[in-house]
Amino acid sequence: MAALSPKPIPVPTRETKPYWDACKKHELHIQQCADCGHHQFYPRLYCTKCMSDKVEWVKSLGRATVLSHTTVYRPVTQAFAADVPYVVAMVTLAEGPQMMTNIVGCDPEKVHIGMAVQVTFDDWTEEISVPKFKPV
Amino acid sequence: MESLRGKVAIVGAADTEVGVVPHLSATQLYVKGAKLALEDAGITKDDIDGLITCASWVEPYMYHAEMIAEYMQIFPRYCLNVATGGGTTLAIMHHAASAIATGVCNTVLITMADNMLSGLSRDRAIEAMSTAGHAQFERPYGPPIPGFYALLAQAHMHKYGTTSEQLAAVAVACRKHASLNPAAQMRQPITIDDVLNSKLIAQPLHLLDCSLVSDGGAAIIMTSAERAKDFKKKPVYMLGVGEGHSHEHVSQAQSLTTSAAKEAGERAYAMAGLGPKDIDVAELYDCFTPVVIIELEDLGFCPKGEGGRFVEGGRIELGGELPINTHGGLMSHCHPGHPGSLFSITEAVRQLRDECGPRQVADAEIAFVHGQGGIMSTHCSMILGKEAN
Ligand SMILES: [Zn+2]
Repeated sequence: MAALSPKPIPVPTRETKPYWDACKKHELHIQQCADCGHHQFYPRLYCTKCMSDKVEWVKSLGRATVLSHTTVYRPVTQAFAADVPYVVAMVTLAEGPQMMTNIVGCDPEKVHIGMAVQVTFDDWTEEISVPKFKPV
Repeated sequence: MESLRGKVAIVGAADTEVGVVPHLSATQLYVKGAKLALEDAGITKDDIDGLITCASWVEPYMYHAEMIAEYMQIFPRYCLNVATGGGTTLAIMHHAASAIATGVCNTVLITMADNMLSGLSRDRAIEAMSTAGHAQFERPYGPPIPGFYALLAQAHMHKYGTTSEQLAAVAVACRKHASLNPAAQMRQPITIDDVLNSKLIAQPLHLLDCSLVSDGGAAIIMTSAERAKDFKKKPVYMLGVGEGHSHEHVSQAQSLTTSAAKEAGERAYAMAGLGPKDIDVAELYDCFTPVVIIELEDLGFCPKGEGGRFVEGGRIELGGELPINTHGGLMSHCHPGHPGSLFSITEAVRQLRDECGPRQVADAEIAFVHGQGGIMSTHCSMILGKEAN
């Protein structure tokens, strides 16, 4: 069979570049509305709560709790085969927004809903560092 | 607002052979399904003035519906292609019903097919579907499609105590029904232990908690209730339809355990003037076992959180309180991709026509069909009946 695709390296857009620029410095940045204080992820042109266009980039505490998780045994593509078993999770940031991630740095069997986790970064290229989470 | 209740009927319904069908291309499957549905309705292609298709992964065209019209040499005045997964079938029937009720067109052919298995190979099909995830904020984490659904299953198990055995009971029921359907791709009965002992794909989902990768097509013909009496077979009437749309990416979902099936179902019941207790047979979207449990709750067949207990003890099997997926569903009958839910419609039509032989639900008068697309993103419910009133 022909070679399957490599890992999908994120390609920043005009809208997401500040996020990936911050990740490169190993900081997790999300948007906050200057009018109503609402935090949101992923980045958008407007605040989804009050439709204000005064959305600003702020540094997240990088703390989160696990909302759900799964340990993957059949990789999505061969590019992920070496990582099996790996944990795909959804986490809720302390600021409120939720995001998909991997839980790393612990036995997959130890991951549980409600677990406290902290952001960590996986350097994929010189430009792209992917935020993941590890136990506090 | 004028209601669509009883205004539109299905007057033709057919499936192609399904499963492993290497001798037909994707386009040929669309056209074969269409031809069989026309024969079932007892009409010719020149009686069709509306055409809707789903997109094909294997043989995509920018104007797919126009391509099928061109291939068949039909010249509709209403022609569209819709490309949004498992919820598509019912949502486009909603559109078709509106077009018929408002006189935009009279007789609509809906044909859906693909050959994910023979046209792509299983690995390539799975990889193609994985592009469903957000390119920057989901796919870098390597979630396979079963992984997305595993997140829902895990959350449901944590919140409501749902068990792997209860998930497995869904797959067992669907396979039992497929064993009675000569057309189904997988007909060997399975047990709960078989499901639990099958390969772990994305915990808690095992191989047998997942749907198939298949070839196949299905088609239906819809027209107004007045015209419906002139066709070969007894019409099946659309009594209620409703949609709910909550997100595109599951990482943006407001809830992992309650879906927009709730709104879709409530809207369909309200139009039909019926409730869950009136339903004789339900064909529910079953790409993965936890989806059925969440749908049973959100569609009101049991209280929220009780879905796991509801599927136990044969309650969803033939002879039970609410037989589901009597053809075998996506886990045992076939799952060629976008067309998936259309097989639920053709099966519901056959049930209401008493054409199902050993898998016939006795005295089936009212059928409920639910489709969902994306990762519990887009939902459409439909209630079909033997009578218009
Ligand atoms: Zn705001």
